[in-house]
Amino acid sequence: MGAYLFYFLIYPGFLFVAVIGAFLSWFDRKITARVQFRKGPPLLQPFYDFFKLLLVKETILPARGAKGLFLASPVFTLFGATMAGVFILLPLMNITTGFHGDLIVIFYLLTIPSLSFVLGAISSGNPLAAVGGSREMKLIMSYELTFMLVLIGIIIKSGMSIDLYQVILLQQEGSPFIGSISGVLLFIVAIFCLQAKLALVPFDMPEAETEISGGIFIEYSGTPFAMIRLSKHILLFVLPAFVIAILMNGFVLEGIHILWAIGKLIAVVLLLTLIRNTNPRVKIRQAMRFFFVWMNLIAIIAIVLAIFGL
Amino acid sequence: MSFKTFCFKKSLWLFHFGGASCNNCDIEILACLTPKYDVERFGMLLVGSIRHADVLLVNGSINIKDKPRLLEIYDQAPKPVLVVAIGACGCTGGIFAEGDTFAGPVDKIIPVDAYIPGCPPKPEAILAGVVKLIGKN
Repeated sequence: MGAYLFYFLIYPGFLFVAVIGAFLSWFDRKITARVQFRKGPPLLQPFYDFFKLLLVKETILPARGAKGLFLASPVFTLFGATMAGVFILLPLMNITTGFHGDLIVIFYLLTIPSLSFVLGAISSGNPLAAVGGSREMKLIMSYELTFMLVLIGIIIKSGMSIDLYQVILLQQEGSPFIGSISGVLLFIVAIFCLQAKLALVPFDMPEAETEISGGIFIEYSGTPFAMIRLSKHILLFVLPAFVIAILMNGFVLEGIHILWAIGKLIAVVLLLTLIRNTNPRVKIRQAMRFFFVWMNLIAIIAIVLAIFGL
Repeated sequence: MSFKTFCFKKSLWLFHFGGASCNNCDIEILACLTPKYDVERFGMLLVGSIRHADVLLVNGSINIKDKPRLLEIYDQAPKPVLVVAIGACGCTGGIFAEGDTFAGPVDKIIPVDAYIPGCPPKPEAILAGVVKLIGKN
């Protein structure tokens, strides 16, 4: 029991993913600043932001909204992100849980944050938040099928195993899945799914600061907003870690391999940041078309190649 | 300085309220966010929603139509919130001070923490005001 609490709250769980995620979000902002020839924020900026929102700022509840759901949805978000983090990081850190079928559980847990953003946005009673919520809902509908197809491709490549620990072990004994044609295609599709799941720029129409001024988060302030920011940081670590686990060999945490693990993580986040900084925001119709037609097509081609063992 | 104040001063998020402005101050405020001056070094971000804001930047002369809107925006901001009056119009009313529709400079409507005069103030002046605001307790 004590070991499980430690897993959930401290080491691969809440505290660890939150701290690493905060540093990654600093990295994201710094790279963005360097791309625009700016200097960028100091290293501890995400912590300052988080503690300011948590400790200093007042929490305002919307007068005409559903207050309970409005306050509960950041809690759901944080719970979903943390649980997904625990389920992804336990196999990555070579701690086997003896639980087979965690790929499916992770898929559902990763949906919880986006869904509770929609709940919070709609319960706030703000028309702009409702617009953002409806866009987020459409975005979820477009990328979830694609993300499922990526997982199906992984399951086929690993010989019908739905155990993340087995998938990582198989790659560490053989070669990483990204070394094959179908692996490369699956990686491209997975990166765009991540971009949409993290609501980074080509697919950031739910928040769209310049257009609907914050969108789904427009009414949040103080502690609930701090929790939303925290779960965004957690997702910025957990989702790239998941892609590394399913396609890029996972982490080996001994000796010099730790540097290699950090390098892989930074490379994936850097790729996401560069995509974010070199693309304009697309319309929701274009995003749905992009996922429904092109990304699904590439994912299906990858699955067919994977069946033939390429 | 306590931990709370330290975190607050390290992460001031800006919200921009333009009254009946001639757009000159707005452009100089935006210049502070561009690569040359870059206030993100101090942890400042321009946010889209007043609910996330810590600093309310007010520029332009406040006329009868603007006054209730400014009050509404100030009431919607989560406290503590700092108010900065930018430009001659924001600080005193400037050339509009004796106009018929003028509804008083910003500090007659809401409490103001820092004044940055100028018509328009240069980005350097705005940065100096920002530094004074951070240094003020």
